[in-house]
Amino acid sequence: MDYDIKQTTAWVTGPILLSLVLFGTMPFWIEAVGLYQYLGVEVLIWVIFALGFNLLLGYTGLPSFGHGAFLGIGAYAFGLAQFEVWPNLWFCLAASVVVTALFGAVTALFLSHRRGIYFALMSIAFGQIFYFIASKWTDVTHGEDGLLNIQRLPVELGFAQLSIRDNAELYYLCFAIYAVLVIVLWRLTNSPFGRLLRAIKQNETRVAFVGYPVTLYKWAVFTLSCAIAGLAGGLFAMAQEGAYINVMSLQWSGIVVLMVLIGGGFVSFWGPVLGVALYFVARDVLGAYTDTWLLWFGLMFVVLVMFKPQGLAGIWQDLSRRRAAERPGRTASAGMEG
Amino acid sequence: MALFEARGLHKRFGDQVVLEEINLAFEAGSLSGIMGPNGAGKTTCFNVLTGRYRPDRGSVRFDGDDITGWAPHRIVRRGISRSFQIMNLFDEYSALDNVVVALPSVRSRSFDVLHAIDADSEAQDRAETILDRVGLRGRERVNVRSLSYGERRALEIGVALATDPRLLFVDEPTAGLGTGATARLAELIQELKRHTTIVMIEHDMRFLFGLADRISVIHWGQVIAEGTPDELRENPWVRRSNLGGLA
Repeated sequence: MDYDIKQTTAWVTGPILLSLVLFGTMPFWIEAVGLYQYLGVEVLIWVIFALGFNLLLGYTGLPSFGHGAFLGIGAYAFGLAQFEVWPNLWFCLAASVVVTALFGAVTALFLSHRRGIYFALMSIAFGQIFYFIASKWTDVTHGEDGLLNIQRLPVELGFAQLSIRDNAELYYLCFAIYAVLVIVLWRLTNSPFGRLLRAIKQNETRVAFVGYPVTLYKWAVFTLSCAIAGLAGGLFAMAQEGAYINVMSLQWSGIVVLMVLIGGGFVSFWGPVLGVALYFVARDVLGAYTDTWLLWFGLMFVVLVMFKPQGLAGIWQDLSRRRAAERPGRTASAGMEG
Repeated sequence: MALFEARGLHKRFGDQVVLEEINLAFEAGSLSGIMGPNGAGKTTCFNVLTGRYRPDRGSVRFDGDDITGWAPHRIVRRGISRSFQIMNLFDEYSALDNVVVALPSVRSRSFDVLHAIDADSEAQDRAETILDRVGLRGRERVNVRSLSYGERRALEIGVALATDPRLLFVDEPTAGLGTGATARLAELIQELKRHTTIVMIEHDMRFLFGLADRISVIHWGQVIAEGTPDELRENPWVRRSNLGGLA
């Protein structure tokens, strides 16, 4: 299982544009399809988190199962920066990113020379350590109560100040960040660095034997992925108007893995986006009919892993290949490249 | 002084001593062979010489530097490369991409996160030249999984060559090859020998004796015989063990 071989030099591709149009117009149609504005905020934040997570799981093949901890650290960092230092949006988001990246960088020192099951177990262990610190260090985190009353700080643009108190307004802040991030990550995954990450996934030993210090690259990508998780965490703190410990739990760390796998993060750049969207739509649509929606979602996961481990993106790729085969003379659709 | 020299290498795994006392020296420009029965410690010896395992005792010197215990990537950057007996490629990449990843020019920009390698025509050309050298012209865009066994063996060597080594270790290159492919491989190694110092583990004695300048026989974790192919043909131990198989 892997991404398309062909690399692209483009900064903006068809799928990126499509995602920008879809997400960019979402506040105008989400209520018309029976959903609500806050759902859009949640989807975008988790998309950001999952795209960063997939650098580890999908691209480098590192099974990191404690990643929720870094989302939580980002949220706490945002709240603490706001309460204790300077309630400025850009400053607090930067604090989320930097603090979480530091936690990630230290964690990665212990993880980056491990692989496979040992990497997975160590990542769970670190996730649990951070979870328990957050739950016990009540002076700082307020434990189970969470850090309450985190404000949605206005967007300072120098010449203007935009409020993001309203969910649709906050959505557009998340969207702007998504738009930048998706282009940067698209370039990154198609760069020499991105190609090396994929080489590490395929054969770590050989990467070392053609002259790369593998540990350094694993450390770097882990830290980067944590920085992105921190960014998502900062936005999440504003969305929830608080920082809570539950996202740091093993269960939530598992859910992001689930999202990325269902979406097809192993075969497509877009896997995490599809997986997150499916998860939240399932939660709200299935959840409207039954409290046991997670059971059905779990069953869907089992079926997918058994019959189509490449996930939704894999199904899409099969369909577009079949379409291309039926229309000779045309190359495979670029619908899900990467 | 020899380009590469190993002195008194000792390696044990648990209570099993795999390398007892290995002394080897390879001269610049030569092709050295290593032979010995299965389980004699040949591949372990390679693994110690190329940094995969750290020796428990002894030293490894390359071109004046003590490289004992260096990590593999440092040894590669110093100018030593290796191919593997069990194929060790990037299975999801094309033949070309396997070579591109290994190029020093690409390695030096491995923290570049913005540009595409496909746009780097110099690297592409270099990789194509290497593939041409190992006989894979026209197969550049083929996925590794779709290459034949013999082609993958050739690519194994191509990837090792891409790092631009001064000393190349080749671990059983003919393993599993038919006679035609073995003959082509012999030509390739003859050609490589003109530019690169080569050390080769090989079971196919006809192949090895035809190519090597000097051969070391490893058994019980020690070098038990050493010499030119002609000298070794006369060596009583080689004759007795029938390793030569050439008489």
